[in-house]
Amino acid sequence: MSGPAWPGGTPVRRSSIPGAPAQRESANLGDILERVLDRGVVIAGDIRVNLLDIELLTIKLRLLIASVDTAREMGIDWWEHDPWLTGANRELDAENRRLRRRLAAMEDALALRAPEESAREERQGRVQEEEEVDERHDR
Amino acid sequence: MTGEHGVYLYAVTRGAPRLCLDDLTGVASRPVRVIEEGELTAYVSDVPLTEFGEEPLRRSMEDLAWLEETARAHHRIVEAVARSAPTAPVRLVTVYHDDAQVRELLRERHSDFLTVLARVADRREWGVKAYAVQVPAQPAAPEPETGPGTSPGRAYLQRRRTALRGREEMWRTAAAQAEKLHDALTGIAAASTRHRVQDPKLSGREEPMVLNGAYLVDSAREREFAALARDMTDLEVEITGPWAPYSFTALPGEAAHDDSVAR
Repeated sequence: MSGPAWPGGTPVRRSSIPGAPAQRESANLGDILERVLDRGVVIAGDIRVNLLDIELLTIKLRLLIASVDTAREMGIDWWEHDPWLTGANRELDAENRRLRRRLAAMEDALALRAPEESAREERQGRVQEEEEVDERHDR
Repeated sequence: MTGEHGVYLYAVTRGAPRLCLDDLTGVASRPVRVIEEGELTAYVSDVPLTEFGEEPLRRSMEDLAWLEETARAHHRIVEAVARSAPTAPVRLVTVYHDDAQVRELLRERHSDFLTVLARVADRREWGVKAYAVQVPAQPAAPEPETGPGTSPGRAYLQRRRTALRGREEMWRTAAAQAEKLHDALTGIAAASTRHRVQDPKLSGREEPMVLNGAYLVDSAREREFAALARDMTDLEVEITGPWAPYSFTALPGEAAHDDSVAR
């Protein structure tokens, strides 16, 4: 029994693990292609046909390599390119915080002294500005 | 016999065949036979070069329907062989000129094959894929700080801030959990490797994949392995297998071709 028990967060979890490991799931094509095209013994040398000789670029791009770029776009490798650890984004983040604080203060001030109607107009205008900053931040 | 044929190689095992070859239909609906040399057995089919020559393959490998049919047939034979004995699966469309050339391979790489086959004996490959569970785009939970006095603008910003943080957090948490899960599973497995994460188009799942691991597990530890995979994380986990040991049978000297081994 060497499996460490990680006390991981909430117990809410969905899983498709079969109850018994010996249970066979019908393999999907992606999993099969991944193995037969990219794994298994490769025999180089003067044989008649070797997968290495065949231009697989299209298939590979479609099935395998493309997934890496997608993963990158989705930020799965955030530890390699963590936007929050880069200077530019940290500045943007700080600026965003400053603007939010200022906006909140102004909203409060307006709410105290202005009639309800005009205060709402003001706020909406400001919120749009803030939203733009937010969206930049988002990228 | 008209037309040229090649010898299509599926897999190599140790010892005499222990399965009924008559039940097997290989690529291009061809029967499967064996070539025995020393302690090794190669499983092969005779295939027409009009279909399995280099030029026809260049075209047909781009044809997803052909590729699927061929990959599934290849896989079917490899799996059947792997159920009968420790097996080294060979990559798709490895075609030899003739039997003599296959025998030469078995003689030349005899000890390499034996080493690889010893490593996978009494072990099976399991795939573990983990997906980041999506946080809802619009959090339904009310903001704890939002009181009756909070302006609509602030409430909006707070919601937005929370949504952004939630997404960031989700990634960090999911990636960290994937690392932990892989490390823990590696602790149980005899060997492990991480495949590239699959695109949602390939995985058929909306949730982004954060782990696509392969693990070579002793038969005696499969239950423990599955329990750990199932219980350890909050990620959505999917186990596939058992597989023939596709990911663990690189012959010595070919590891450099394989980028995932380095991970």
